[in-house]
Order: sequence, then C-alpha cells, then structure tokens
Amino acid sequence: MHAFFQYAFLQRALGAGLCIALACAVLGVFLLLRKDAMIGHGLSHVAFAGIALGLLLGQWPTAVALVVSVAAALGIMKLKEAAGIYGDTAIAILSSLGLALGVILASVSGRFNAALLGYLFGDILAIEPAEVVLSVVLAAAVLAVTLIFYHRFMYMTFDRDAALAAGVPVRRLDALITVLTALTIVLGMKIVGILLVAALLVIPAAAGLQTASRFKAAVIGAGIVAALSVILGLGAAYVLDWPASGTIVLVAFLIFGILFIVRRK
Amino acid sequence: MASPGTETGELIRVEGVSFSYGGIPVLSDVSLTISGGDFLAILGPNGSGKTTLLRIILGLTRPDRGRVTILGRPIEEFAERGMIGYVPQQATHFDPIFPASVREVVAMAVRSSRRRIARAEEEAAILHALEIVDMADFKDRRIGRLSGGQQQRVFIARAIVQKPRLLFLDEPTTGVDAETQDRFYDLLASLHTTEGITIVLVTHDIGIVNKHITKVACLNQRLIYHGTHDHFCSSGALKDMLAGGHHLVSHHH
Ligand SMILES: Nc1ncnc2c1ncn2[C@@H]1O[C@H](COP(=O)(O)OP(=O)(O)O)[C@@H](O)[C@H]1O
Ligand SMILES: [Mg+2]
Repeated sequence: MHAFFQYAFLQRALGAGLCIALACAVLGVFLLLRKDAMIGHGLSHVAFAGIALGLLLGQWPTAVALVVSVAAALGIMKLKEAAGIYGDTAIAILSSLGLALGVILASVSGRFNAALLGYLFGDILAIEPAEVVLSVVLAAAVLAVTLIFYHRFMYMTFDRDAALAAGVPVRRLDALITVLTALTIVLGMKIVGILLVAALLVIPAAAGLQTASRFKAAVIGAGIVAALSVILGLGAAYVLDWPASGTIVLVAFLIFGILFIVRRK
Repeated sequence: MASPGTETGELIRVEGVSFSYGGIPVLSDVSLTISGGDFLAILGPNGSGKTTLLRIILGLTRPDRGRVTILGRPIEEFAERGMIGYVPQQATHFDPIFPASVREVVAMAVRSSRRRIARAEEEAAILHALEIVDMADFKDRRIGRLSGGQQQRVFIARAIVQKPRLLFLDEPTTGVDAETQDRFYDLLASLHTTEGITIVLVTHDIGIVNKHITKVACLNQRLIYHGTHDHFCSSGALKDMLAGGHHLVSHHH
C-alpha cells in the first residue's frame, strides 16, 4: 500500500475520484427520491451528441456537451411536468434522440473515432492535474448548494404541494438540481468515465436510503459509501491489477449488498 | 365563535372562480369569503372540485376565470407564506422509502421559511408543535413507520409549526379509524379556540359536521350552500348536494 501513494496518477485518481463520488452521492439521494435514477444513463447519451457536435464544429467538445446536456436535462424536466409523461419516459425519449443525433453527427463529421470515445469514456487512471481542480470545484459547488438549500430540497422532494404552498421556489430549485446533475454527469464522464458516474449517482444513494431512518443519515451514509468505494476500489484495483472503474463499481455494489442483507435481518 | 386574540376581518376572498380540466368544467363561478376565526368545512362528494378549489385558493393552480385575494392582495403575489399552514390530500401518500424522521418532517417547514429564526427557537417550535399533536415521543421515529393517523398528526404539526393564522386541511382523516378521528377533531377544535387559528377543512364526509364547525360551504362544481353551520343543518342544502346539486346558492352569513 505504501507504493500506492507514490504514483502521482493514483493520487490524482483518488483526489478527483473522491470529489466526483461525493458530488454524485449527494445528488443521487435527491435523484432517486425524485425517481430520476436513470438520468445519468440518459444524459450520457445526450452528452454523446453534444461531443459529436463539438467535434464537428471543431470547438471545445466538453463545453458543447455541457450546454447540450443542460438543455436536455431541462427539457426532461419540462416533459415530466407535462401531464401524462413519466420521468423515465421523458428520459428515454430524450436519450434516444441524443443517441440518434450523436450517431448521425459523428458519421457526418467522419470523426467516429478515438477522440470521440476519449470524451465519452474518461479514465480515472489518466486524470490530468487540471481535471483534479475541476473535480474539487464541482464537488464544492454541489456540496455548497446542497447545504444552502438542504431543507428546501428535502421539503419539495418529500411533499411538493406543501412546499409550493409554503412558498418554496420549487420550479427554480428543480432547475438547479437538474443543472447540477447535468454538470456532474458531463464533467464526471470526461474525468472518470460514464460507467463510474452512472454507478456513483445510484449505488451509494441507494445504500444510504435503505439503511437510514433520517434524511441526514441517508445523505451522509451515501457520501461514506461513495468515498469507501473509491478508496477500497482503487486499492483493490492496484493490488489485483484490475481495471479501476469496474473495481470501484464492484466495491460499491458489494457494500450495497452487505447493507441490504444486514438491513433485512 | 371567535375567541380572544382572533381577528375577525376578512382573510380570503374568492370571486367568480371557474376552472376546467381539458374543457370539462370542474368549478363554475365559485365565490366565497373566509374570515378570521372561521372554522369552515368545505363539503362535497368525490370529484366535486374541493381539492381544485383549495389549490386555487392557495395559488397552486391558476383559475381560468375569477380571482383569489388574501388580505386584499392577489394570492400569486402573497409572500408571507408562513401565515398559511397546509395539509395536502395526498400528504400520507409520500414515498415509503423516504427516510425522514418525524422531527425532520416538521423541521423542513421551519427551515425552508424565508424568515428564519434562531436555531434554538426553531428547535423549541418543532418540539412544541409535536407536543400539541401529541407526537413528541415519536420525534426520532421514521415517518413511514407510523400509523396513518399518527402520520396525519405529524403533518398537522408541520402545518402549524410556524404558528399560521390560517390552516387548510384536505381530507385529513381519510383512512383514519373513528376513534382517532374524534381525537383529531378535538385537536382541530382546540387549535381553533385556544390558538385562534382560522381553519378550512375539506371533506367528503358529512358526518364530521359537528359543533366545532362554524361555517359550511357545499360544493358540487358550483357552490350550493355557503353560510353558518346552524343554518346548514336546518336547510335543505344537504339533500341538494347529495342529489347532485341544483344550483341553489343561498348566502346566509
Ligand atoms: N389533474 C387532473 N387532470 C384532469 N382532471 C382532473 C385532475 N384533477 C382532478 N380532475 C378532475 O376534476 C374534478 C374535481 O377533482 P377534485 O378537485 O380532486 O375533487 P374532490 O377533491 O372534490 O374529490 C374531478 O372530476 C376530477 O376527475
Ligand atoms: Mg379531493
């Protein structure tokens, strides 16, 4: 384990991984309760279209993907509000559209290649110093917003009508959660890869939700599960020489499984 | 029956409110007033528009026609929301996996408020509200692990924790056993008389009309009756409402 910390790339993986994991875990608790568990999956497809568009335009693919994903996330929010469209239906509709447009754009631009895949499947073991900084900023932003709006987020998630009647600006806060989620997914995708982001948005939050009887405990529990998964997962990947992302997800799932069994007793 | 400290002026005025869902009329030209000290029951069969009317009064749904004012101001512009307590019809239909303790359910209302008070005062207010509804012993219990009646009392605590002047309850005793219902109405009566809270209770259950209630409004798309409780009992409004409502609007204040 001593050697583990001598490698700069592992330190960066640990630093950025922990930050993204915390952001995902905290957002995940709200997303799961809002029945938006598939949003990570859905927005990654949309981000694919954004990156293909960026490559076609020859401009900042990640920035284009950010704009496109935030727009799509807000679109999903609008579709959900429209009577008769479930959240998961809205996500499925827009993610299919994203995938279709991505395939067309990539084909038209003739750049269905390694560059595109590099943006889609970031690698936690190939993180650049600037991306560590970006991860810290992202995590700080997500945690700060959650702390500031904690009770209002909880209120509107638990009882939307009562929160509205109490004067909570529910629609604006919906948009805030949605935009933060899109930011976390697109940046996380580039930095640690979509597999990890999609998993960290859901598994730690699910673990926190099923064990806690208080909301605060669920949020903190999700954060702890996420952090443990990254630390133990990276360590195990190093020792076993396994792929890092997959090992982290496996550890997260194991922790979830253990908590699930313990709770059932 | 206004008690000391209760204002008796007009709090809410509903004027000519109409609303339809996709062309199907739900409310037609409903007008009523709610005054300080009222304990108003809005009665009507299922689907008669009670919930819709309440949501319009609270500014959650925009009427197609007509308007709602609170203390003379349009409800959409009304910012002092701490003055209003609300227990929605679906309050007990929350997500069963939602991990919130009883204390947290009440705290979310206090801590979401625009006008925050000192932390110690907030904590005291939360406990006090739980004591009023006799749920203080359960403050650390997960809300999903309570009976329907107990949950309903917690939602009332959440609605009164900011000491509202007006409390709206939408079918609060659905699925609650008779004995608990009696205790529940005693609780509302004491909030009305001792705390001086104006109460608007929406229900399809005519059986709840009792001595505590001062005013009655019968709704079936149109307002069939709006007046005092005493007059309600002697009028034919009850039969009219059950018969599906001739458009007999008799205002007896
Ligand atoms: N979201 C909705 N979309 C379409 N129709 C609705 C909706 N909500 C209520 N309605 C209809 O409006 C009428 C009044 O509903 P509601 O106000 O809930 O009545 P009540 O509370 O008296 O049972 C009912 O006929 C109901 O079917
Ligand atoms: Mg109703």
